[in-house]
Amino acid sequence: MILEKKRSDLVTMILFSMVVLSMPIWLNPLGANYPDLLQKFAIFGIFAIGYNILFGLTGYLSFGHAIFLGVGSYTAVWSFKLLSMNVIPAVISSVILAGIVAAFVGFVSLRRSGIYFSILTLAFAQMFYNLAYSVLTPITNGETGLQLALEDPRVIDRLFSTAGEGLPSTELFGLSMSGYSGFYFCAVMLIVAFYVSLKIFNSPFGLKLKAIKSNQHRMKYTGYNTRPYLLTAFIISGMFAGLAGALMAVTDPLAGAERMQWTASGEVVLMTILGGVGTLYGPLLGVVIIKYLENIFSAVNEAVLQTFFDFLPSWLQDTMVVIVSPFVGEGWHLTLGLMFMGIVIFLPGGITEGFQKMKKRFFTKENSESSNQEGK
Amino acid sequence: MDAILIQLLNGLDKGAAYALIALGLTLVFGTLGVVNFAHGALFMLGAFCAVTFQKILTISVKVVDPSITFFTAYKEQPYLEIWFGDVGLAIIDYAVPLSIFMAIPVMLLIGLVMERGLIRHFYKRTHAEQILVTFGLAIVIQEVIRHFFGANPIPTPAPDIVSSSAAIGSWLGLSENLVYPWWRLIYLAFSALIITSVFAFLQLTTFGMIVRAGMFDRQMVGFLGIDVQRKFTIVFGLAAVVAGLAGVMYAPILPPDYHMGMDFLVLSFVVVVVGGMGSLGGAVAAGFLLGILQSFASMTVITELVPGIDQVIIYLVAVIVLLTRPRGLMGRKGVMED
Repeated sequence: MILEKKRSDLVTMILFSMVVLSMPIWLNPLGANYPDLLQKFAIFGIFAIGYNILFGLTGYLSFGHAIFLGVGSYTAVWSFKLLSMNVIPAVISSVILAGIVAAFVGFVSLRRSGIYFSILTLAFAQMFYNLAYSVLTPITNGETGLQLALEDPRVIDRLFSTAGEGLPSTELFGLSMSGYSGFYFCAVMLIVAFYVSLKIFNSPFGLKLKAIKSNQHRMKYTGYNTRPYLLTAFIISGMFAGLAGALMAVTDPLAGAERMQWTASGEVVLMTILGGVGTLYGPLLGVVIIKYLENIFSAVNEAVLQTFFDFLPSWLQDTMVVIVSPFVGEGWHLTLGLMFMGIVIFLPGGITEGFQKMKKRFFTKENSESSNQEGK
Repeated sequence: MDAILIQLLNGLDKGAAYALIALGLTLVFGTLGVVNFAHGALFMLGAFCAVTFQKILTISVKVVDPSITFFTAYKEQPYLEIWFGDVGLAIIDYAVPLSIFMAIPVMLLIGLVMERGLIRHFYKRTHAEQILVTFGLAIVIQEVIRHFFGANPIPTPAPDIVSSSAAIGSWLGLSENLVYPWWRLIYLAFSALIITSVFAFLQLTTFGMIVRAGMFDRQMVGFLGIDVQRKFTIVFGLAAVVAGLAGVMYAPILPPDYHMGMDFLVLSFVVVVVGGMGSLGGAVAAGFLLGILQSFASMTVITELVPGIDQVIIYLVAVIVLLTRPRGLMGRKGVMED
């Protein structure tokens, strides 16, 4: 039984890795196979997977995860500035620091549950965001954002080579982290993150988290102290967010405070919900859909719409352009908001639930038909 | 002394805005049991009522400018000025206070439609889902406004007569230099008026009595044969009007832009939580308290002592209150203490 489980995990992981690593190939027909977008898929994928460990498993709705994303980004850029352009120290230090910050925020916030937890995390998000703009300017460089500079020390790099001309780029032992190599690095991280998430979902720990979601009181009556489990989940998801933030800095070495705004946390909630809360693949699905649509919708302008509706008679073409244009380009957020509301209203379990419902409908139909026949 | 008085007034001003929004939030939460993240958007819509009204009043036509004689110059002249002369100009000048009359029916309608169309279906859903759907709604409203009004703040000046400052220093026998903008004083008085009338409405009318009873025990009121649902729909409309009016009057203080709602939303949630979920008095008290705290924290003496405190004080207070006194300052025992 255990062996079987292990084998099925292995199969899942192999399939998942193949799907992720071959993304540049199978996304080709969709026109989404350029590295910039692929990197976003992987990075936000990690963010959403991590968020899902907290929100999906325990049901605690946090608006503070952008903090850890921001902390990850800042740490990574500082690591590039002070230590080395190599991404390994940047990623490791980001994850650790994000974990520490998450431990602090989580320790305080998790003393309350439900809506109070949400508001506490919201308060923390605003606090960190405001501080990043004001007092912490020496660390965050305020509104300009933290950037690399020529005079940065880069201690470890200097041990091996002298400073070259121009700004160095991020690298992994000489392999530049831009374009496809950047994507593959993010993809490998995504696979690692997915593996961790898979293990958590199938572990007794994951089961306890689910129990907390379904009935925390009963869980407490059976003698479990739920808070350590919640805190662990919070820290893990914070570390995932830190990793995502670090990877953002790896693919584009600058960090700004707007990454920490609470509405940025809202975005990850959205992705998680759209795909399916508490499911293993749902958040990833949500990320791919949202980032892909964002990419398409925000690039569309009126001229593009004109050609798109070219097949219609000209009066209808113009009306269609007028109707559709508020929803594309700058108006992408409007579409996003509407989509989000639609999902929460009609399909709270996200797209994954939609699939399951459809599947169930077809299966139950067959079953009832067969039972009817037996009855005759 | 002067500085302290100024900060106190500043704080009361900010606090008035927080209190008005938080009042609506609490009303909705207390009666409908819905956590409304779109409440900040209602505040923003109120401010844009003022903007729209001002725009309508200043619809202009191009006319020849007679003051320039060298060549035919054109200038924009509002229709109101052409039709009514100086009276028209005066109406334009008073656009913001006059827009209150437009804002009341508009906000009431928006509130009722929102409740009937969306919120009603979320009574039985979890708080998380209520937060999410109203958050989505807030984004939608915000983006619609941005589509029509653009992303930049739109200046909506107060009437000329009150755009100067009041010499409160000489009234109180203090320094002559102590002045404060008239409009802010008016805003303060207006807020006080609204808050009092909401409380009077709840305390003195039969409708208010039913609402209070409904906040206490909705089921029981329903058993007594009262259509609670209908009353609560009206309460939602009322909350929308309160938020809207706060927005209208705030427009001259802070030029409205499309995301001002989100900024105020977080703060007013904090206010509600500090005051105690479901406690109207708590919301108002906490609103003023936090407003005053925030403006005192932004005094240079204090920011030099503890850098950055002005940015975080409200949230810090909220965190401390939530952790030490779970039901807020004035919350009823047993209401949402988890």
